[in-house]
Amino acid sequence: MTQVLASNMSIEPSRRFLGSLYSGNVRAVFSRGVKATWGTNWAIMVSGFVEPVLYLIAMGIGLGSLVGEIAGPGGEPIAYAAYIAPALLAVSAMNGAVYDSTWNVFFKLNFAKLYEGMLYTSLGPLDVALGEILLALLRGAMYATGFTAVMGVMGLITSPWALLMIPASVVIAFGFASFGMAITSYMKTFQQMDWINFVMLPMFLFSATFYPLSVYPEPIQWFIQALPLWHGVELLRQLNVGVFGPDTLLHIVYFLVMILLGLVLTTFRLRKLFLK
Amino acid sequence: MHNSTAPEFVISASNLTKKYGDFVAVDGISFDVPPGEAFGLLGPNGAGKSTTMKMIGGVSQRTGGDLTIMGLDPEQHGPEVRAHLGVVPQQDNLDEELKVRDNLLVYGRYFGLPMSYLQPKADELLEFAQLSDKGKARVDALSGGMKRRLTIARSLINDPKILLLDEPTTGLDPQARHILWDRLFRLKEAGVTLILTTHYMDEAEQLCDRLIVVDKGRIMAEGSPAALIREHSTREVLELRFGSDRNATVGAELEGIGERLETLPDRVLIYAHDGEAALEQITARGLRPITSLVRRSSLEDVFLRLTGRSLVD
Repeated sequence: MTQVLASNMSIEPSRRFLGSLYSGNVRAVFSRGVKATWGTNWAIMVSGFVEPVLYLIAMGIGLGSLVGEIAGPGGEPIAYAAYIAPALLAVSAMNGAVYDSTWNVFFKLNFAKLYEGMLYTSLGPLDVALGEILLALLRGAMYATGFTAVMGVMGLITSPWALLMIPASVVIAFGFASFGMAITSYMKTFQQMDWINFVMLPMFLFSATFYPLSVYPEPIQWFIQALPLWHGVELLRQLNVGVFGPDTLLHIVYFLVMILLGLVLTTFRLRKLFLK
Repeated sequence: MHNSTAPEFVISASNLTKKYGDFVAVDGISFDVPPGEAFGLLGPNGAGKSTTMKMIGGVSQRTGGDLTIMGLDPEQHGPEVRAHLGVVPQQDNLDEELKVRDNLLVYGRYFGLPMSYLQPKADELLEFAQLSDKGKARVDALSGGMKRRLTIARSLINDPKILLLDEPTTGLDPQARHILWDRLFRLKEAGVTLILTTHYMDEAEQLCDRLIVVDKGRIMAEGSPAALIREHSTREVLELRFGSDRNATVGAELEGIGERLETLPDRVLIYAHDGEAALEQITARGLRPITSLVRRSSLEDVFLRLTGRSLVD
């Protein structure tokens, strides 16, 4: 009899890695996000796709008619639109991932109290973080696919390697999303959140997005090369024409390290925020 | 195999302490809750009730002491412990981006429960919460009482053995409160252990088998509502009004009547076993109060006696 009572009123502990942080149920968080996004936010989703296309038309075709051709990654000349298109794809991967992992997370964290509710269930902070990041990546993958298709239609793709721009964009988005979420966990006010835009806009304008890095004096070149977006821009530009060098690997490694650091920091921060 | 951890209590706290820097929110409290009990935590704002609830849920780490929920430490085994908990937080944190019924389904998914279980369970809970016709409504279209009922329904999606309710009826109108009490009572009858914080004394008297009064992070008293009234108050209370300017001065003339006398700015309270008899003594002394009222002692008298009348912020 005691045995029956005992089995009713006591729980078997699990021996899972990261016990109190992770319950192996990322899928529930992910599918919640899909459901919520499909229900309410699809207009924002569409606008996120349209924005880089508008840039491509305005800068690539408009400005491009003045610029003409420009030296591509291998040195051979390509159309200006084909030069900036991969860069815009990298920017859109960055923007999407950063929006999802900063403003969106900030709101859910501080106002909607969504994570508070989630963490009163079997979910751990790591389930929540990974689920939200995966969601950002799904969105990033959709944008990347759409934008690559537009590039194809506009005749800006010259190599089959260009298809790899889609997974590469997801890797870029992953780096920004995991880092963005960690940074957002430190933010307490809207004023602090504005700092994110303050960093993003110059990065977008100056990461060799619209012209080659060589226009800068050397110290500034070094600085730009330390920033993540430059690595993303260069990686996608090389994939678009199918010309690679030893630096291709460096760009990839840069993002892998960024992803790893971001995840470690995010988990640490979520633990601090929610298990205080 | 002998299970040595077979607990007779579903919650066991001993010397539980929580500090935020220098501030001591919970100061070494101990209590045990047997299965099926409705256990209340009473106290003024900032007494440490919500912090205690958070530690039970494993979402706040204690600074000291021991805590086991159904035999496990919620800090070490958060996900497993919470699989058996239902939580109704002080402020509704429903998912505003999802429809009413989806709130239940998605929340159930967080526990890893299969849809084949969740679909009928969600309908059952909507009915329980009297929200059956609102399943497809948006959450922000619900009234305060409906949201509260949905939050409670959501907390039951995993068939919890323990339900944590942090001020479940604060901000609700009387009708909504009574409906909620009725629902909570049914859960108690079904064998769910209820842990409840409140500062409504009538709520505590209605729902709790046993309660602790907490102030400044410490337990001031413990027992059933009736036992606490017996121990810390008299059977009846006589409330007299002599007018604001006279209440204070008349106090001296009332000495010796009843067990205890309390002079407030607006009235004088006399704690006595027989209120009518005390009133007769007063009129015999030639005192003429403007109004007089004899009532039964309530938990509120106990609460105010133990935690004081001054405002705590």
